[in-house]
Amino acid sequence: MSKSLSSCVIKLHQEHHALEDYQGGVPRWCNGCGDNAILAAMQRLCADENLAPEGTVFVSGIGCSSRLPHYMKTYGFHSLHGRAFPVAEGIKMARPELNVFVSTGDGDCCSIGAGHWIHALRYNMNITVLLHDNHVYGLTKKQASPTSPRGFRSNTTPYGATLEPMNPLTVSLGVQGASFIAQAVDWIPEVLYDILRAAHRHRGFSFVRILQRCPEFMPKAFDPWLHDPQRTQLLTHRDGLQLSAAIASAYRNQREHDPANIDRAREIASLDDPIPVGILYRNPDAPCYEDLRHAGQLRAPADIRAGLEREFDKYTVWPEGHAEA
Amino acid sequence: MTQTATLAAPEIIRPGPRPATPISEAIVEVISDSGEGAQRCGQSLGAIAARMGNGIWTTEIIPAEIQPPARSVAGASGIRIRIGSGHVTNGGDQTELVVAFNEQVLLGRVRAGELKPGAKVLLECMWKTHRDPAVVVSYMKTVEALLSDGFEVYEIPMEERCRELVADPRKGKNMFVLGILCNVYGLDDELAREQIARIFGKKEAKVIASNIGLYEAGAAWAEANLDFKYRIPAQKSTVPQIVVNGNTALALGVMASGMDICAMYPITPATSASHYLSEAFEKIGGLVHQAEDEIAACAFAVGASYAGKCAVTITSGPGYSLKQEVIGLAVMAEIPLVVVNVQRGGPSTGQPTKVEQGDALSAIFGSHGDAPKVVMAPNSIEDCFYSVITARKIAETFGMVVVVLSDASLSTAQQPFPRPEFSESWLAPPVDLTPVPPRTLAYDWDAVTGLSRRIQPGRPGGMHTVTGLAHDRASKVAYDPAINEEGLRARSLKLAALQKTLKAPTVFGGESGDMLLIGWGSTMGAIEESVTRLRAEGLAVSSMHLRFLQPMPSGIREILARFRYAMTIEGNWSDKPGDELIDEDNRRYSALAMLLRARFLVDIDCWSQARGQPIKPGDICRATREALKRRGVQS
Repeated sequence: MSKSLSSCVIKLHQEHHALEDYQGGVPRWCNGCGDNAILAAMQRLCADENLAPEGTVFVSGIGCSSRLPHYMKTYGFHSLHGRAFPVAEGIKMARPELNVFVSTGDGDCCSIGAGHWIHALRYNMNITVLLHDNHVYGLTKKQASPTSPRGFRSNTTPYGATLEPMNPLTVSLGVQGASFIAQAVDWIPEVLYDILRAAHRHRGFSFVRILQRCPEFMPKAFDPWLHDPQRTQLLTHRDGLQLSAAIASAYRNQREHDPANIDRAREIASLDDPIPVGILYRNPDAPCYEDLRHAGQLRAPADIRAGLEREFDKYTVWPEGHAEA
Repeated sequence: MTQTATLAAPEIIRPGPRPATPISEAIVEVISDSGEGAQRCGQSLGAIAARMGNGIWTTEIIPAEIQPPARSVAGASGIRIRIGSGHVTNGGDQTELVVAFNEQVLLGRVRAGELKPGAKVLLECMWKTHRDPAVVVSYMKTVEALLSDGFEVYEIPMEERCRELVADPRKGKNMFVLGILCNVYGLDDELAREQIARIFGKKEAKVIASNIGLYEAGAAWAEANLDFKYRIPAQKSTVPQIVVNGNTALALGVMASGMDICAMYPITPATSASHYLSEAFEKIGGLVHQAEDEIAACAFAVGASYAGKCAVTITSGPGYSLKQEVIGLAVMAEIPLVVVNVQRGGPSTGQPTKVEQGDALSAIFGSHGDAPKVVMAPNSIEDCFYSVITARKIAETFGMVVVVLSDASLSTAQQPFPRPEFSESWLAPPVDLTPVPPRTLAYDWDAVTGLSRRIQPGRPGGMHTVTGLAHDRASKVAYDPAINEEGLRARSLKLAALQKTLKAPTVFGGESGDMLLIGWGSTMGAIEESVTRLRAEGLAVSSMHLRFLQPMPSGIREILARFRYAMTIEGNWSDKPGDELIDEDNRRYSALAMLLRARFLVDIDCWSQARGQPIKPGDICRATREALKRRGVQS
């Protein structure tokens, strides 16, 4: 009863997959868009982890980021603005054996979908989330998003954004049940890949905020960080990120951080310069909602019949002469 | 206190036992402050009568607040029970006997005209000696007024008698009253004891014994003090029947349909269906997900349906409005989904605990753009059960959203119906995980029916991305004009394909005549009872009740042609022709009338009520007589 039939069937079909097996349509993102780096990392991750394309679903909301499923050769669900999380949760609950990824943007996740985001962290379902955070609405042509820096001039904030930006990391780390919070940047692909791999391997809701360039509407926003490696701080730990020699010599601003330490994680999360990159928090023991709810049980018609008859019995008026059960 | 002395109602003394008068039906109400258990008392009375073989219909009277002030007109909480010799299909017109725990809660029912002239009023008399003189005055004045209005008042020392048996009489009065009512209507003591054991089944034996004690005391008091007694002949059914309310029937339907997941958010009056499922469904491996909001509940159900078996989300009007965008996504992506809307008064927060049939048009036309979906409306408690099974099957077969429109009236009403015989054909097949043949398209729309197969995750070779954007047969985003129309056509054709499978509606009454009454949903019982009464008066009136509002079955046009006039009877708003500004250029018709007029080009009138109460057969009779009279037809 505890093992789902579909997971057994999927195993029968398991085989080895190459990178091309995950490459769908040609991306229609702008040249230089950080989404391309995220897509490349994801395709490589799927191949390296040998995820069955038919057993993998990319779910997204609406926005530039949310085009990603169309460029994967897996199953995909390009849903509604802000609603990727509940759609992904329904998929995972119905079919826990599927690998479920969510691609979402700063508007999609932190604005219109903020309510779902908070609760998705709390449910802690085994889903990997890529928050493509470019600090701007791109698909609707340059409006301020909740993560836009104060003073950002956009079509809806011609005199500069008035509010302080939201910090998705501190928000996520404030939610009871959060189990994996990390930050990556699109301009260090190797580290982005390592973080996504750790996120995928974590059993639980893995939330990766990826700072991402938008060459069209925020062309120079991250230039100071790109030009000065010291302004990126890599978080390393034997239970976290381990750097290659090349990365370690290029990015010398490093900090040892144990992802089990949530207080330190919250401190680090609140820093924006230097930008912390790495795994801020990981709790492998946090229970997953789908496990708590025993998702994916096989239900035989006989069980349904028996359960239904038991319920009917409670409410039945038997005809004369019938021996009541 | 001299005033109370002058106010003192004549001492009401009535002789004891008496022979039982046979009657064909009774309408009884039990009204109390919230929390005094009137509903449990009434439900038990109904259940016992049903076990004896009587037809019953119970209607709950629910205050909007959880703890409304005690002894207030607005706080009245209670239940109406209609018991008949034969099948009972609605709550009837006016109450003939009411038990009230205080005079204030009774007043609301009197003012609303819910009591029959000369009705018997059994009133708790503890207020006569209450330490607050204002309460005493209020009680005395009310009793005097009731007597002068022609009601027969019986004062009952409920609290006093119950205190002899239990420490907290407020918690026991309802079983005392059950004893009185079972005695008055000659219901079986043994069945009553069984019923009490059943409702307190989870508690200790001494709780059951104490409640049976209260019941027996009530019965003994009635036997000794009341000068009337009735017998409602019953005919025990030859088949097993189940007695549940509409929301439980919906929930049982969810279980019987083989669905795996129900995603919901709490909302009155729908939530009790999910309460029930949370217990019963989960015992058989089903799952109730209480989402963070209505939108998430719907999106969760859509995600679950996409990857697994068709799922259900259960809600009421405000939640239904919130789900609109996600419903549109399911339509666009052709993901099966069952949405149950237990309608309540609207717009906005409206009347959460009261009935209205206000959501037919938003169910059919809701969500932006052309979003064809199936809309069906159960017309009885039994139909609540079977509608969900049908809805699941249609949703999965046609890849469509099916909306089931129940309402607050059906949600709490109880009515016996034959115990369903489970069939495996009700269940959804397991998710298909076989490889997809090469070059299979995600939406291989059939040129005639618009149908395409469903390819779910897990099937090798079937990988594609579903999207809410306009898309081609391969599910690729496409803005090509021809492709856009191809998708719209396919999604629309599916409704026609379903429509071809629907049976023509039947006519109740005569096959032709002067007036055809047309209804949908919970009003069927009241409408058909009106037809029976009007025909007995010699009027050529019939009725037709639609189970499918979208698509509508064939055959309606032919039925309309056989009647001189037609009028819908609906529990929603329509402009009244008598209002000064209202004329045929601006009159807003009821939902079904609007739909029928548009489709059949027939001048169909409408009569509707949106009072938050179930429509009464007497009101329908009056409206129909008047409508016929206006057109020169009289009996």
